[in-house]
Amino acid sequence: MFVINCPYCGERDQQEFKAGGEAHIERPKQPTELSDDEWAEYLFMRKNIKGVQFERWNHAHGCRKWFNMVRDTSNDEIKLIYKMGERPPSE
Amino acid sequence: MKNNYSIFSLIKNAFSYHENWQRAWKDPTPKKEYDAVIVGGGGHGLATAYYLAKKHNMINIAVVEKGWIGGGNTGRNTTIIRSNYLWDASAGLYDHALKIWEGLSQELNYNVMFSQRGVMNLAHNLQDVRDLKRRTHANRLNGIDAVYLSTEEVKKFCPIINTSPDIRYPVLGGTLQRRAGTARHDAVAWGYARGADEMGVDIIQNCEVKGIKRNGDTIEGLETTKGFIKTKKVGVVAAGHSSVIANMAGLRLPLESKPLQALVSEPVKPIIDTVVMSNAVHAYVSQSDKGELVIGAGTDDYVSYTQKGSHQIVEGTLNAILELYPIFSRMRMLRQWGGIVDICPDASPILSKTSIKGLYFNCGWGTGGFKATPGSGDLFAHTIANDEPHKLNAAFNLNRFVSGDLVDEHGAAAVAH
Repeated sequence: MFVINCPYCGERDQQEFKAGGEAHIERPKQPTELSDDEWAEYLFMRKNIKGVQFERWNHAHGCRKWFNMVRDTSNDEIKLIYKMGERPPSE
Repeated sequence: MKNNYSIFSLIKNAFSYHENWQRAWKDPTPKKEYDAVIVGGGGHGLATAYYLAKKHNMINIAVVEKGWIGGGNTGRNTTIIRSNYLWDASAGLYDHALKIWEGLSQELNYNVMFSQRGVMNLAHNLQDVRDLKRRTHANRLNGIDAVYLSTEEVKKFCPIINTSPDIRYPVLGGTLQRRAGTARHDAVAWGYARGADEMGVDIIQNCEVKGIKRNGDTIEGLETTKGFIKTKKVGVVAAGHSSVIANMAGLRLPLESKPLQALVSEPVKPIIDTVVMSNAVHAYVSQSDKGELVIGAGTDDYVSYTQKGSHQIVEGTLNAILELYPIFSRMRMLRQWGGIVDICPDASPILSKTSIKGLYFNCGWGTGGFKATPGSGDLFAHTIANDEPHKLNAAFNLNRFVSGDLVDEHGAAAVAH
């Protein structure tokens, strides 16, 4: 359990938030062109990193806005929070 | 040759103050090369090694474990064993395991304390009732014992449940699998370790895999904290850390690793002689032989490898428990812990070959792997030895995420995942 600094509301308890999984997975631009392997990669395969990982979170019981988070999954330490649409920091 | 455990060996060793018991397994240093190496010394990994040696005559093999055997999810689960899954593929897989459980103590000469005390699943709303009835029928068509119980029958089978219609989670009915039950989790790992060791398998503890060496699409060996181990076949049974190992080989798996929590109470006299699972509210209760209530909670929704979860998860479970079992209201909880479970999008496991020759994965058991330990080991050993899956685990291949042929037990597995 940890405290999350929502970019719109400020610091709130983690239980107000919903985790949305790995961030920056782009929806295929030409879905009709995709092979089954590419669909599987997009839909199901995940990095599931032990260490620093980019994630999406939603302030479900607050402003209900989505944002991105850089978090270390080996100790739950939050490194950085940035808004949707912003580019991920390069490490 | 190991001495058999029996009442006579117990009496004999009592005379020497239990100081002369034989070691149950050796503590070998790794050889330069093995025919196969199993990564992960939990129940599933040790069972795999045991059946590789026993049924496929592969004895020049090793199990490498980064900590101590049975110290991961094998020692962290709530020990529930059942096979009442909805789909044919799952029913085949889990009932195969249940059948092995029934003779396991005798086979291993090790008391795994398998207790067929029955597992009851409660229905709390109309959809639960429909789903559980459908599952009961599906189970019976697959030859798995299952009965549907009315509210009165639930109360009769487990009298401490509050079946009052005006509680937050009213009990509208339930299912019962009488062959289901619990087992002693550590004993399963220790029994398989002892059996595998006796046949010549090296069980190497405190040996963490740091890298996978491959030559193109074939495996050459493993870099470990105890040096390089040459091998052509690697079976990965690393539960929550499966993705970590997969990343070493340049593979991606359809897994997310999340904390799942459980807790036990102070020990009390026998009060609940079965296992009761409440799918909709994530509350699972049984009583250990020591008298502790063993309570299973739900998973957190974020990826974490910390082996601890959020407090609100435990709070939600205990709220439901107290509503259903008012008699527990003054019980004190002794310990709470988390395990890291690797969850597949379809909540079914992966027992499969991969695109790399000689690399096999047994993972994705998510919140319910313990029950499958013997079957999982047996089928994974078959897959590694023959380089082909057994018909019972053919459906649980990695390619199902490409073909779309998922085994969707998510809402159907009798537990909410």
